[in-house]
Amino acid sequence: MRSPPVLILVLCLFCLFSCSKKGGNLDGKGKQIITIAGSTSVLPFTEKLAEHFMKDNPDYIVDVQGGGSTAGIQATLNGTVDIGMSSRKLKEGEDLNQITICYDGIAIIVNPKNPIENLSLREVREIFSGAIKNWREIGWVDRRIDAVTREEGSGTRGAFEELVMKGKEISDAIMVQDSNGSVKEVVATDPYAIGYISLGIADKRVKIVAIDGVKPTVDLIKVGRYNLVRPFLYLTKGEPDARVRRFIEFVLSKKGQSLLKSEGLIGAWD
Amino acid sequence: MPGTERVKVTKERWIKGLFSVFAFSSLFFLLLIFAFILFEGIPLFQKMGIGHIITGTKWAPTKGHFGIMPMIISSFLITIGALIVGGPLGLSCAIFLSEYAGKRTRLVLKPSLELLAGIPSVVYGFLGVVYIVPAIREILGGPGFSLLAGSIILGVMILPTIVSISFDAVRSVPDAYREGSYAMGATKWQTIYRIVIPSAKSGILAGFILGMGRAIGETMAVIMVAGNALKIPSSILDPVRTLTSNIALELAYATGDHRLGLFSTGVVLLIIIMILNYIANFGIRRRLIR
Repeated sequence: MRSPPVLILVLCLFCLFSCSKKGGNLDGKGKQIITIAGSTSVLPFTEKLAEHFMKDNPDYIVDVQGGGSTAGIQATLNGTVDIGMSSRKLKEGEDLNQITICYDGIAIIVNPKNPIENLSLREVREIFSGAIKNWREIGWVDRRIDAVTREEGSGTRGAFEELVMKGKEISDAIMVQDSNGSVKEVVATDPYAIGYISLGIADKRVKIVAIDGVKPTVDLIKVGRYNLVRPFLYLTKGEPDARVRRFIEFVLSKKGQSLLKSEGLIGAWD
Repeated sequence: MPGTERVKVTKERWIKGLFSVFAFSSLFFLLLIFAFILFEGIPLFQKMGIGHIITGTKWAPTKGHFGIMPMIISSFLITIGALIVGGPLGLSCAIFLSEYAGKRTRLVLKPSLELLAGIPSVVYGFLGVVYIVPAIREILGGPGFSLLAGSIILGVMILPTIVSISFDAVRSVPDAYREGSYAMGATKWQTIYRIVIPSAKSGILAGFILGMGRAIGETMAVIMVAGNALKIPSSILDPVRTLTSNIALELAYATGDHRLGLFSTGVVLLIIIMILNYIANFGIRRRLIR
């Protein structure tokens, strides 16, 4: 009676062993592993870059994870990851080597049913500070504005506070969502909503409004006409070693940069 | 063969020991979680003062404000809302199952209720975002992401808890009570209303309180449908943020005092849930068992 379970156990172990051996050829010795973590705004683009980098450099493995700008900065400081991703500027005490890989616009978005095409920066600020509460006040229907912001600590929120709020506080009556995707989802489904997300992520389900008459496009950002722009940063603890440098050089190369530009971002050299 | 006998006894002892270690490990994990949350959460209470955190109405942790009062209020309101939605529904279901349903109906209904408990909360949240939130926005106004949306979703989520515990309580009312009532000429409804429910009162209450505990601790579905605004709500159509949402929303980004503030939120939540469970398990259930 005892032998079948033992047999099964042995079989299981054998399978496990053989599996891990098979996997071993892929990520075992001889392969260089680069670990990256941080901002969820930078994440999708880094994943794309890593994919192409690994195709060109089959002896490298790039492991990319999210977690948020602050988590990325912390992980880099602790040395748990090789590269941290951040969509906000570093604070005091966060002494890291920073590389700007590209720039990203912040788009103010409303529902496609909303007829408003243009807002002044001051109007956006007053909507989010709670001074303007009704769409009627800016020339639409008599209906409460359903503004959506990001959670405390988010890189996109940090950039929005710096570029739009300019010292004014975001009202506590405003809805909070925890990713670019869920802000977009709320705005896409609620005709009376307004929010802000990374320009590269905005699509046809939402309408991007012009700020002070300027609709954000890559060209207008390049010439400095649209000002809601923030850098996407790669952070390393001290100077990167040859292994990490190889990936960063790829990102800053013509190929890496054109990949980023095709995603709607603005290149580091523009 | 005395030799094999001895081997058997030693083996029995070993097995008993092994199982008691496993049994007590649950207690060990409970204490570990407790110690961990208190250890991380207490320092901020000491630094900012209990009053600042518990009664403060402003949460801006990166700017030194750690008031979680609005979230405590929102957590309670959303839980009471869930009880208003799920309580009557759950109790009626329990009474139907116990008093009216035939064996075959019960065989279908009970497992499907248990299945309801097994659905992941993110699925409830998704259904809420897709159907309930737009419906509230169109019919009642406001952003739709609201106290009301959260209460409805949680009301459904706590149904299995309320039904199964109320069902046990109603079942445990002796048939002699019912027969006595019928003998007096009472109808079935009079018996249920005057005899069965009052006799099962404490068990039903325990079910409600455990349901409350589940509602106040629920996170994912609430984040998805409640809107997460930091203000104390002035209407059921306002977006709200609960204690659990606060932790889950911000933990990924939090460092330093911000992180400690989230652990303090956790301490408050832990204390509330402990009180509720204590009331349900010791205050009410024990009386029922006696």
